[in-house]
Order: sequence, then C-alpha cells, then structure tokens
Amino acid sequence: MQFVSQIGGSVMNSLAYVGSLASLGGRAAYYTFVGPFQGKPLRLQRAVSQAMDVGVRALPILSLITFFIGLILALQSAYELRRFGAMNYVATAVAISMSRELGPLITAIVVIGRSGSAFAAEIGTMKVTEEIDALETMAISPIRFLVTPKFLAMIVMLPCLTIWANAMGILGGSLFGVAQADFTFGRYIQASLDSLLLRDIMTGLVKSVMFGITITAVGCQEGLDTGAGAEQVGRSTTRAVVMSIFLVVLVDLVFTCLFFFVSGS
Amino acid sequence: MENTDSLEPEVMLSLRDVRVSYGEREILHGVSFDVKRGETLVILGGSGSGKSTLLRTLVGLEKASSGEIWIKGKNIAAIPDAEMDEIRKKIGMSFQGGALFGSMTVGENVALPLREHTKLEDSTIEIMLRLKLEQVGLAGFEYYMPSQLSGGMKKRAAVARALAMDPEILFFDEPSAGLDPIIAAGIDQLILELKQAFRMTIIVVTHELASAYLIADRMVLIDKGYVVAIGTTAEMRASTQPRVRQFLDRVPEPEVAREMDYLQMLTQDRRL
Repeated sequence: MQFVSQIGGSVMNSLAYVGSLASLGGRAAYYTFVGPFQGKPLRLQRAVSQAMDVGVRALPILSLITFFIGLILALQSAYELRRFGAMNYVATAVAISMSRELGPLITAIVVIGRSGSAFAAEIGTMKVTEEIDALETMAISPIRFLVTPKFLAMIVMLPCLTIWANAMGILGGSLFGVAQADFTFGRYIQASLDSLLLRDIMTGLVKSVMFGITITAVGCQEGLDTGAGAEQVGRSTTRAVVMSIFLVVLVDLVFTCLFFFVSGS
Repeated sequence: MENTDSLEPEVMLSLRDVRVSYGEREILHGVSFDVKRGETLVILGGSGSGKSTLLRTLVGLEKASSGEIWIKGKNIAAIPDAEMDEIRKKIGMSFQGGALFGSMTVGENVALPLREHTKLEDSTIEIMLRLKLEQVGLAGFEYYMPSQLSGGMKKRAAVARALAMDPEILFFDEPSAGLDPIIAAGIDQLILELKQAFRMTIIVVTHELASAYLIADRMVLIDKGYVVAIGTTAEMRASTQPRVRQFLDRVPEPEVAREMDYLQMLTQDRRL
C-alpha cells in the first residue's frame, strides 16, 4: 500500500511541477501580449541584451560542438553505408539527422548549460538577497521584470541558433565527405540541400521553440523556488539543468510522435 | 469593504487580530495594534518571535490567514493584487541587506520605482534621484555599483530607493544588523532626520535596544507570535511585566538549574 501511495505522491508532485511551469509561462505570455496594452510596457531593451547573452555569445561554442557532431554523424553513417557502396548518401544522412533531430537537441543542451543554469542562479541569488521581495514591495511584478524578457529572448534565439547549428553540422559532415567520400565541397552542399524538405527544417524549428519555452520556464521556476541561503542557489542551478535536460527530451519525444503520427513526417 | 469611519483620523495603519501561518504552523497568533500618523513605532522581539513575519505581512509579502490590516482605508488582508500594488506605491521598505539590484548602478536602483510608476521625464528623474541620494548622505554616488559600496552605504542607498516614491509609511527591517556601532548610529540618525523633516510614519523591526530607545515613539514587544507589551518608550522602561523586563534587561532564558534535572532531561527518552 505504501508503495502505491508513494507512486501516487510522486505523480501528483510531477503534475504540480508541470502546472507551476505552465502557470509561469502563462503569466509571462500575459505580460507579453496583454500587459503592454494596460500600461505595463515590455522591457524590450532587457530582452535584447538577454538575447545577446543567450544567442550571440553561444555561437562560438555551439559552432564547434555541432561541427564535430556533423563530422561524427558522417563517420558513423559511413561505417554502415560503406558496406552497401552507398557513400554518396552520407550527405543525406547527415543533413536529415541534423535538421530533424540533433540540431535542435544539441542547441537546447548547450543553451541549458549556458543560460538555463544562469537563469536559475540569477533569479535564485536575487531571491536569497531579498531582491525579488524588493521588486514586489515596489509594486513591480518579478515575472514582468525578470522572466518575460528571458522568454522573449529564448523564443527568438533558439530557432536562430538551431538554423546555425544545422548549417555547422552539414559543414562538419562535408569535411568527411570531401576527404573520404569523393565529394567536392560544392557537390556535398548541393546533395545536402537536395535531400532536405522544408518540413524537415520546420519540424526542427517548431521543436526548438518548445525547447526554448521549456528551458526558460524551468530555469526561472527553479530560481523563484530557491529557499533561504546561498547553498540553495547551487541546488536550484543543478535542479534546473537536470530537469531541463529531462523535460527537453520528453518534449522532443512528444513532438516527434506528434509529427510522425499526425502528419506522417 | 470600506469603513474608514470606524478608524480614528490619525491612525495610519491598524491591525485587528492578525494571524499568519506557514503551512500548518501558525507564526502570529492574533496581533492587534494601531500606528498613528507621523509616529515611529519599533517592533521589538527576539529571533523567531515572528517580528520579521509581521513586517512581511504589513508590506504584503505574506498573506494573513485571518484578521484585518487597514492601510489607507483598505484591508490589505482581503484585497486583490491590483489594489495592493496601489498601496505598495505609497509605502517604502528598506530590507535588511539593502536588496539593491546588483546589475544596476545606485542611481538606476533609486530611479527604478520612478521609471516604472511615473511618466516623468528622464531629466526630472535625474534631479529627483540626486535629491534622494542627497537626503541619505550619498550625493555623488549614483554611478557606483552596489558591490562597490560598504554595508552602511548600501543601507543608505536602500533607504533612498524606499523614499523614491515619497511614501507615507516607511518600513525598516533590522536597520542596524551587520553594521559597526558607529555606522549603525549613523543609520539611526538618518531615521530620526527623516522623521523630523517629513513627519513620515516609520515602522522599524529590530532587536537592537539602544537603537530602539533612540528612535522610538512607541514600542511593541512581540514574543512567540503574541504582542506582550505595547507602549511609549517611557512606559516600556517602567514596565514590570516579567517578559518585558527580561528582554529589556537582557536576561538570558533560565537554564536547567539542577544537575539531576539535566540528567533526567537527557535520559528521559530512554525510559519511555
């Protein structure tokens, strides 16, 4: 009996957690779409500087990682394709797996490490030093002031980063293609472009928007949930990273199923 | 529910049987007192007495589970957030550690409430923030980051930010905590100046007796979630109530007197 009640308890907790994320997202959406018409302006300047942090500053490390991932994909698919004498399909394999799956996912994981954790640490520290309380006593909503700009930045920047990641992955694959599979650089890129359908890229981008929402919601929620004391900030940051990775994979699964069964793509 | 008639005209803030709970645990067990316009009320109490919870409830950071808190004719225990925000614009709060935003300069911190809640020109805001910084003795520090300020200066900057919207009630949480005696005396002096210059209603939570005697018109002693005593500074000094005497004379909690009792206390669990 105790076992069953434990399962019930953790299911309830998980649902409550997802509910708190949804409520945070909902309030951020309110301050984005409704607030500006009620005299509560968006902090666009803050959103832009967040976007700079989340997006532009992530480019070097993201480029390097996705370049290598593209190269690894080319190597791994060549291992099997070589047996069928189908080395010219390496470009197709890399292009499709990057843009449908690995581009969005690797981008999300890099962003979790750089920004999801930073959101939790920033808001968590503000909570510990009573800055969040100070905002509330000044009649400034912490959601509008802190969380909404982060949502905006992430929703805009994650798809952009994903497109960049796809391109860098294909570039990484081309290194192998040119060196080992008798492609010229031009032909490799042409083969990649020919194999891609618009919906391959679009499904990846839809997923990346969802990832952006998930990462921001988890990072900010963990920050706001921080208890008293500096060590709690570290705990929140860890939880933000672990929960974000888990939920991003879960969201990925849900959307991949959705695309597969609903549209057959 | 508007019944301002039932309040005396000079009462600024009024508590009626206020109870606050964290989950199952009740922290404040029915607190009632009034604060008059222009007076400085010091809320005294030891650690864990509930005095900080009381302050958080008064500024709307905690919700009272029952009872009434009247500020400006509104019962803040039972109004929606939008109305509470209107009240919040009329009160200022100086937090224990200052709670300045680390990513903004001192000037931006002080200007923040003005930028958010008024449509004043930038040049006007600039003048106002210089004025507020001048009032707390921090003229010329508007371009410093909070991390470059000492503890006392941070508190002063926090007071400047609390003053930004010209509040009618000013709340202080442990104004002298973590400061050396000289700097702490400076903060007490600042509170006295604000009181004399603006006739502002000031509510201070502290456990520093010296500072309380200096700044208070009236004191409230909170212990274990109850109001033990309330009165003017002179009345408190003259009080014969044991709990008040214990706090004011700084007598420690009675320790276990006899060795046998102590031994019994340590071993009683085993005999159960």
